[in-house]
Amino acid sequence: MTLNNLLSGNNIRFLPVAIAFVALIMIGNPSIWVTLTVAGLAMGMMIFLMASGLSLIFGLMDVMNFSHSAFVAFGAFIAASVLGRLSGWNESDSVLLNMLALFSALGAAMVFGMIAGWFFEKVIIKPVYQDHLRQILITVGALIVSEQLILVIWGGVPINVARPQFLQSSFIIGDISIEIYRVFAVFLGTAAFIVLHLTLNRTRIGLLVRAGVENREMVEALGFKVERLFIGVFVVGSGLAALGGAMWAGYETLITPEIGAHMMISIFVVVIIGGLGSIEGSLLGALILGLVGNYMAFLFPKMALATNMLVMIVILMWRPYGLRPMVKS
Amino acid sequence: MRQDILTLDNVCADIAQYHILHDINLNIPKGGVHVLLGRNGAGKTTTLRTIMGVLHAHSGSIKFDGQDITKYHSSDIAQMGVAYVPENMGIFGGLTVEENLRLAANKGKFDPVRLKRIYTLFPAIEKFWDKAAWSLSGGQKQMLAIARAIIEPRKLILIDEPTKGLAPSIIDNMIEAFHEFAKETTILLVEQNFHFASSLGETVNVVEDGKIIHSGDMKEFAQDKDLQTRLLSLSLDQHQ
Repeated sequence: MTLNNLLSGNNIRFLPVAIAFVALIMIGNPSIWVTLTVAGLAMGMMIFLMASGLSLIFGLMDVMNFSHSAFVAFGAFIAASVLGRLSGWNESDSVLLNMLALFSALGAAMVFGMIAGWFFEKVIIKPVYQDHLRQILITVGALIVSEQLILVIWGGVPINVARPQFLQSSFIIGDISIEIYRVFAVFLGTAAFIVLHLTLNRTRIGLLVRAGVENREMVEALGFKVERLFIGVFVVGSGLAALGGAMWAGYETLITPEIGAHMMISIFVVVIIGGLGSIEGSLLGALILGLVGNYMAFLFPKMALATNMLVMIVILMWRPYGLRPMVKS
Repeated sequence: MRQDILTLDNVCADIAQYHILHDINLNIPKGGVHVLLGRNGAGKTTTLRTIMGVLHAHSGSIKFDGQDITKYHSSDIAQMGVAYVPENMGIFGGLTVEENLRLAANKGKFDPVRLKRIYTLFPAIEKFWDKAAWSLSGGQKQMLAIARAIIEPRKLILIDEPTKGLAPSIIDNMIEAFHEFAKETTILLVEQNFHFASSLGETVNVVEDGKIIHSGDMKEFAQDKDLQTRLLSLSLDQHQ
């Protein structure tokens, strides 16, 4: 039985497990492997938050939004500002106050992302539907303008992001150390995936989105206004990107206005290797990127920078339409 | 004299820079099956897409059930009771058979009586209810596309080449099914299979270079071999 047969159909979802298993053999030390795996999962979940919206926007709206990472950057800076303002709660010994500070920061980032996404769709994206060249030009331009706006508002000096007190320590199990922040990132990413998965698979709006990703014209011929769906998907996608940016800010703890541009390549790689318009594909792609990135940095440090491209090349050679492509009519 | 449910009056439509329809005039009576014939590239599919609002006429008018729908969005036309089965069937391959039908059902709820009738007409729908639509055969996909069009009562169904690529046995079943649901609605059928078209059609309109060049009774047209050869420029025997 070939590897292709083993990982065909639904078995593809076990690919991250297979990668982790191979890494365990290569690393040899279980405690280091656990630390790297949790870090990889956390990184993967945060990239998933940022990429899932873009995947739907790509798939449903056929819009090449190169400024998606601007929402990531704004999310990061807004979360950093809120956490800075709420430093009293953030540094308190009370877990409740810590959580209030954290969720205020995440909530503010997400709400800003959604409002900005709505405005962005109306003003920037709507005039360039069905024109990829103009989409690329205008969204790359918008990304540059966004970075400059961040410079104007927050300045060019890197900003420290204070993690809430309760997320600063680590779990120690034997000689294994796991940062609580990473575990929280995994939980948040999982929760977001479950909500998205249930919405897409158990609700009528989700059914319409899945159908719209495949064949927009036919959804309209069945009596639905796809344009309204577009706005909804764009708003949610932008909100998720900002949420991912806010989480990433806490993960990095030092952010610059280029944070969005730095994340853009990872986000696009995840969307492409996952399969356009596929939430499951985005999750798989993000987990693979997170895990492989961490394992490679440990095993082959000199190769770490090339990880994203290597993963993309290997997966696209194996599956040219991505890991879980949507069926396009 | 039956009232017309659909009227196209000097309709012109383009695809990109190409002029496809030139002053199309078409009157479709209420009820029964009405056929649009023509050679490849004559403008049959464009006519259906323009009626459905997928393409917009740049001049002329389209009236459906007494209302001018020329500038309407396709979703509004669908809401008025027009269903469209495109040439490529428009099946959502990533959705199950049930989900494909649920999208077309009013508020996502099935009418049990209609659903039972669909099961009787197309047993494959019930058999593959939970299966992803991409896994169906060509004939089963066509059945699903038609079932989706009749899952709710419609005033007009536009169907583009439903027999394309289907086995003769399936085509015979399809004729039976069309006879059944043509009792309650109007069907405008674009078809290349003359046997299928003449078995069902009450009236026929022949399109050539984006114009209607013949309108009349299907029975008369089916008997007039010379007219068929002249208008369609092919030997229709090969399609029978």
